[in-house]
Amino acid sequence: MLPTCVAMVLFIAIPIVSIFVQSLFIEHQKPTIEMEICDPFGCKKEIGVDVEAYAALNKEKPLGRFNGFKTYIDRNHLAFKELYEGWSNSKTFSEFSSTFFNLPFYKALIFTLTYTLFVTPFVICLGFILALSINALSQKIKGPTIFVTILPMIVTPLMGSLVLFWMIDAEGIIGSTIQDLFNDPYLSLKASTKLTWITLITYGIWHHAPFAFIVFYAALQTVPQEPIEAAIIDGADRFQRIRYVVIPHLLPVAVFIALISMMDNIRVFEPILGFSAEASAQSFSWLIYNDLRNIEVMNFGSAASTSILTIIMVGILLTPVLIKTWREFGESR
Amino acid sequence: MATLADKKSKKLLIINSIFILAWLIIAAFPFIWTFLGSFKVREDFFSRSDWWYVISGFHTIIETGGQYTLNAFREAWTEGEFLYAARNSVIVTFFVVTISLFLGTLGGYALSRSPYRYAFWILIAALVFRAMPHITLVSGYLFPFFQLNIWGILPTTIIVLVAINQPFTLWLLYSFFKTVPKELDESGMIDGCSHFQAFRYIIMPVMWPGVITAGLFSLMLAYNDFTVTAMLLSYENHTMVPKLANYLGTNQHEGNMMWAVSSVVSATAPLFMVVMFFQKQIISGLTAGSVKG
Repeated sequence: MLPTCVAMVLFIAIPIVSIFVQSLFIEHQKPTIEMEICDPFGCKKEIGVDVEAYAALNKEKPLGRFNGFKTYIDRNHLAFKELYEGWSNSKTFSEFSSTFFNLPFYKALIFTLTYTLFVTPFVICLGFILALSINALSQKIKGPTIFVTILPMIVTPLMGSLVLFWMIDAEGIIGSTIQDLFNDPYLSLKASTKLTWITLITYGIWHHAPFAFIVFYAALQTVPQEPIEAAIIDGADRFQRIRYVVIPHLLPVAVFIALISMMDNIRVFEPILGFSAEASAQSFSWLIYNDLRNIEVMNFGSAASTSILTIIMVGILLTPVLIKTWREFGESR
Repeated sequence: MATLADKKSKKLLIINSIFILAWLIIAAFPFIWTFLGSFKVREDFFSRSDWWYVISGFHTIIETGGQYTLNAFREAWTEGEFLYAARNSVIVTFFVVTISLFLGTLGGYALSRSPYRYAFWILIAALVFRAMPHITLVSGYLFPFFQLNIWGILPTTIIVLVAINQPFTLWLLYSFFKTVPKELDESGMIDGCSHFQAFRYIIMPVMWPGVITAGLFSLMLAYNDFTVTAMLLSYENHTMVPKLANYLGTNQHEGNMMWAVSSVVSATAPLFMVVMFFQKQIISGLTAGSVKG
């Protein structure tokens, strides 16, 4: 092809690649920062900070002191030491698990995984049922129905969760109705950890189901009619038809949806802010945000280590997909 | 298209209708409720005693004399400086959409006409950017931006959003241009067009469906973004979504809650309009990726 095309390719590719490389680079360097912020003055900010010397030092070496991988294993991240101590000091398993759940990284890990594992299957099921039902509607009301159905998805998660939060708040419509039902004026969905998690998971399903619906709905249009008619002739009832003809046809689509919604669920972040659930539910994204949100004391190192750990997790999740795509492309070549 | 498979019993039809109705209520009711509530005063929307106040406006009548009030909107847009946030949102959205479409159409077209198989690598880039929590990328940008003193201003945020968005746009447009037959621009070039002329006079008239779909997705990303805009913009440059988060934040005096309620309504309304008009394109864009891969 002509050089113009090559130029255009470079035009697109170079920014992407450079940004990608750049982001990798900085992430790798950053673990050295955090210890710097506290170490020279006896670590942790509780001990007063010599502002001038600190500023001078900061100016001299903005990245901070080299710290190696120590940030990764400190209390806020992988916390090997704390885990080991907790394991050897606690006599029962529950004692150990309480130590375990008090470490921020593992707390976030457990929440993120629980959230992902609960939301994803529900999203797929609800999306599939919705697609089947709406597909059966008459053409006239299909359009508006689809419009309303995708509303929860297109609103940014922060606003979506706020809208729900205001309703389930003790002073909102659902919250106060529940209080009346159980006759308990202090009952609040955000009071206990369990209820908060359930709320967040419900929100997640509400937010993601429309996406699964749309993809399933489009795939349903491609289901061939002949096998279905053949099944009818063979005496299959409606559910058997769905079970043995439609579902096998849609299986690859379901895998695709599962992947995308797992990617989205692992980075759950905005609903936590929206529901003000920071106290009982924290995700990786929230941990990073928490390290960076205060402009005066940004824990770059801590945030970067969490980022790297998150990226590794996402990478583990993505590897099978990448291999699969690679193979498919290899075959089609 | 009444095939045999489409016939169904009455019982199933009823169950089906009930299910859909229930879902529609679940999907739409929160928005309707917030919309109604935004025209009331705080005591009505967040009322401990009776949720019916949101409809009847018991306190609103006492405080303002009418059943509906625009106070929340007026205060948020003036005192709460939501106007500036809206302006920033418009600027960011406009530039993100324009830049990513400009780069995306040229790049997507070039890639689709090239004999090499770039598809795999674009797809990988799109997947990786899709999977990566945006905040991990942002935490990578923050530090160099501080060092270079370009933190907090709109242009850097626009560039970051474009970069995050680009692989997906490119992938969408690439698959779209693949469906435009090659013979079309080849015939133009036989008639003596240059490459650019072929693009300008032959491809541009037929590319709008794909471009609109890709543009809608960039629009939704830029408009809805919270992570990037909240972290990379300074307080006075905030767009609508981080602004809204600020209303909820530290200083919770009486009015602020209603500011947030009214700004949720103001921010979602244009989005709903867009979706209403372009529903078909959004759905086709969402499914384009899935049918192929």
